[in-house]
Amino acid sequence: MTMSNKTVLFDKHVEYNGKIVDFAGWQMPVNYGSQIDEHHQVRTDAGMFDVSHMVIVDIEVATDAATEAASIKDFLQHMLANDVAKLTESGKALYSCMLNTEGGVIDDLIVYYMNDEWYRVVVNAGTAEKDLAWLNQHAESFGVSVKARDDLAMIAVQGPHAREKSFDALPVDVVEAATPLKRFFGADCGDWFVGRTGYTGEDGFEIMMPLSEAPALWDKLANAGIKPCGLGARDTLRLEAGMNLYGNDMTEDTSPLISGLGWTISWQPEDRAFIGRDVLEKEKAEGIKQKIVGLILEERGVLREHQKVIVELNGEQLEGEALIGDALIGEITSGTFSPSLQKSIALARVPVEIGETCAVEIRGKLLKASVVKPVFVRDGQPV
Amino acid sequence: MSEVPSELKYTESHEWLRAEDDGLVTVGISDHAQALLGDLVFVELPEAGTEFVTGDECCVVESVKAASDVYMPISGEIVAVNEALADEPEIINSSPYDNGWLFKVRPSANEMADLMDADAYQAEIDE
Repeated sequence: MTMSNKTVLFDKHVEYNGKIVDFAGWQMPVNYGSQIDEHHQVRTDAGMFDVSHMVIVDIEVATDAATEAASIKDFLQHMLANDVAKLTESGKALYSCMLNTEGGVIDDLIVYYMNDEWYRVVVNAGTAEKDLAWLNQHAESFGVSVKARDDLAMIAVQGPHAREKSFDALPVDVVEAATPLKRFFGADCGDWFVGRTGYTGEDGFEIMMPLSEAPALWDKLANAGIKPCGLGARDTLRLEAGMNLYGNDMTEDTSPLISGLGWTISWQPEDRAFIGRDVLEKEKAEGIKQKIVGLILEERGVLREHQKVIVELNGEQLEGEALIGDALIGEITSGTFSPSLQKSIALARVPVEIGETCAVEIRGKLLKASVVKPVFVRDGQPV
Repeated sequence: MSEVPSELKYTESHEWLRAEDDGLVTVGISDHAQALLGDLVFVELPEAGTEFVTGDECCVVESVKAASDVYMPISGEIVAVNEALADEPEIINSSPYDNGWLFKVRPSANEMADLMDADAYQAEIDE
């Protein structure tokens, strides 16, 4: 059984009136009052999230490895579907899937290239155990070590004013390291680390620091006007931004090619033998049959995961509650009410034949939805 | 702390009922229930004229997080629904016992006595 874990900020969440729920075995705040207010706070100003349940993994050259043979780059080029060879500048980050031998997604992650002897990876909480096992299983033959940094906490500050406000709260030398960062870059500063990354579609930082420093920073960030936000708002923000959620939009049983993540697969050079490559190539050659699209519900209601999507065929009308016998069927993988658009939105895995509209079955009724690119809001603006 | 007005009746599934002077019964969801659900964004109301028996799923309230069924707390006919909730479901969050009422029922039996009073409901949600 999974123990219910608490992050080092748990007492802060209680102190700030967080409503605590279980998330992937962690006791986390779902909101601190109103999920919708927290959502708007991030879109228009600045909010912060405790993401200390996520796991920071440092990949380094193993101390017992023959140094000339050890290569973290070779290791990650084998383990990840995206190619870390794209990372030539120190601090640059890359989003990638880590696949199993069947081409299914073990996890999605961010990898920072710091130098040839140090890459930093951030993985999901619910998958951390299997991620570490998978990485460790392959590490030795590349002469690298895999170290989970459970001595670090992580706070994400997100929103158009998040960076400038965080400068009032961060230690001076960390501010100096963070100020010049371009988007999707990270920098270390002693035991601290700041990435200009996030999971909301807004600008901001993900700040890593020693556990003992986190509670005080939380207070300072709050005093700087960055409002605590729960996992509820994190989910509506990421869904509006069209960012996948592991376990919903992709799993070990779905390849990135049918999960809206084809763009993260690096096919060149052709001889880079990353795990899962042969299966993905076969899938591509045979023709990809499904894709992820965005849906906007045109009627009243709320789209939810696992609802059935009925794809309109040849302009045939879908009438009332009658399902057309040979209609193509898809499924919603993530759905919610979008506070920014004031409509319900979703990501759905559907047959590639889908047109500009479809129907979604909600409690036995068919409701009309528009089919759009899977991104709804970026940098505060509807897309 | 959730508000639990003393003049109302309650169910274990967190509906409240108010006996009106005209013999009708007004139904809504409790302050405790709205707090658990969080920000409400959609309400699927029953149609006026529909008859239900106790325990029927008659209405759905949806927050950003999840959809939740509302159960008919007594048998009877729906005679009115709160149309204002179509555009402003968040009224339930701000005023669960007044402006956030869901529907009015003409009872087909005398079942009000079987329901929990405020003290019993308070004990129920304190558990």
